[in-house]
Amino acid sequence: MTTVIDLMTQVMSRYGLITAFAIVGITVWVSYQMSGRLTRGHLHGSAIAIMLGLFAAYVGGVVTGGGRGVADLEVLAGIGLMGGGMLRDFAIIATAFGVRTKELARAGASGVISLFAGVFVSFTIGAVVAYAFGYTDPVSMTTIGGGAATYIVGPVTGAAIGASSDVIALSIAAGLIKSMLVMAGTPFVAPLIGLNNPRSAMIYGGLMGTTSGVAGGLAATDERLVPYGAMTATFYTGLGALLGPSVIFVVIRAIMG
Amino acid sequence: MVIYGVALLAGCMLAGAFTGELIGELIGIDANVGGVGISMLLLILIASRMQATGRLRPISQTGITFWSGIYIPVVVAMAASQNVVAAVRGGSAAVLAGVLAVVVSCALVPVLSRIGGEPPPPLPDVDVEQGV
Repeated sequence: MTTVIDLMTQVMSRYGLITAFAIVGITVWVSYQMSGRLTRGHLHGSAIAIMLGLFAAYVGGVVTGGGRGVADLEVLAGIGLMGGGMLRDFAIIATAFGVRTKELARAGASGVISLFAGVFVSFTIGAVVAYAFGYTDPVSMTTIGGGAATYIVGPVTGAAIGASSDVIALSIAAGLIKSMLVMAGTPFVAPLIGLNNPRSAMIYGGLMGTTSGVAGGLAATDERLVPYGAMTATFYTGLGALLGPSVIFVVIRAIMG
Repeated sequence: MVIYGVALLAGCMLAGAFTGELIGELIGIDANVGGVGISMLLLILIASRMQATGRLRPISQTGITFWSGIYIPVVVAMAASQNVVAAVRGGSAAVLAGVLAVVVSCALVPVLSRIGGEPPPPLPDVDVEQGV
C-alpha cells in the first residue's frame, strides 16, 4: 500500500504542472457546484474558488512553514508554477484580446487620475497607521505606507531609504492583507461602488493597484472587467516604487520635521 | 494554426516586459513599470488590426482565447500559493494598514467615476455560465 502511495506522489511531483491543472480543475468544479447549490449563484464560483485557494494556502503555510502556500508541499509544487508570475501575466494579457480600444480611450484619463490618487491615498493611510502604532520616524512611516500600496512597493521603498528589516516585513504583511482582501472582497463591494463597467474597472485597478488582488477580485465579480482593471493596476507598483522613496518620503520627512 | 495566436501573445508579452524593464531602468527603479499593461495594449492594437485585415484566422485566435479562458484557474492557483500565514501574522498594524487602504480606495471609486461625465452603463447581463 505504501508503495502505491509512494508511486502516486512520485508521479504527482514529477508531473507538477499537470497535477496542478487537475487539482485546480477539481477545485473550480467543486466551487461552481457550491456556488449553484449553496448560494444559488449569488456568490460566483470563481470567488469561492479563490477563497478556497487562499484557505488552502494558509493551511499549506502552517503545515510547511514556508512562504508559498500549498506550493511548498512537494506534490503541489506545480501550483506555484501555474499561479506564478509568468503564467499569470500571460493569462492576464490574453484577457485583453477583444477589448474595444474606444472604451479604453474613453476611460484613459480617469485611469491615470486614479493611479496617482491610489498611490497617494495608500501611502498616507499606511503612514498614519504606522504613526498610530508608534513608528514615528519618516523612514518607517514611508515604508509601511508603501506596504499599504502593494507588497512590492513596501520593500522596494524600504530598501531604498534604509528601513529596518522588521519594518519591511511589516510593510509586506500590510500589502499581503490588502491583496487578499481585494481578491476575496471585490465581489461584495462591487454593487455598492458601481463596479460594473469598463471605466469603473479601470479606476478600481488604478486605486487598488495590487495586480494579483485586482486580477482575482474582478475575475470573481465579472470576468469581462478583468482586462480594464488589470491594465491600470499593472502601472501602480511601478508608480509607487518611483514616488515612494522620492516625493512621498520627502513630503513625510518635511511634515514630521 | 493555433500556435500563431500563442506566438502573437508571447511576442506581445516579451515586447511589453522589455519595455517595462526599460522604463524602470530609465527612471532608475528596480521594477518592471507597466510591462503587462503595455503588452495588453500591444495585443489589442495588433490583434484588432490583423482581425480587420483577415490575417488572424479563427483557429489562430483560439491560441489566445484558450489562455484568456484559463485565466481564472491560474488566479486560483495564484491564490493557493500566496503567503497567507505571513499576512495573518503581520499583526494589527499590518491588518489595519491593509484594510483601511482598501476601504478608503473603494470609497473613492464612485467619486472618480464621476470625473468626465456620467458613468457608462453597466455591461449587459450574460448567462451565469461562463467559459471557465
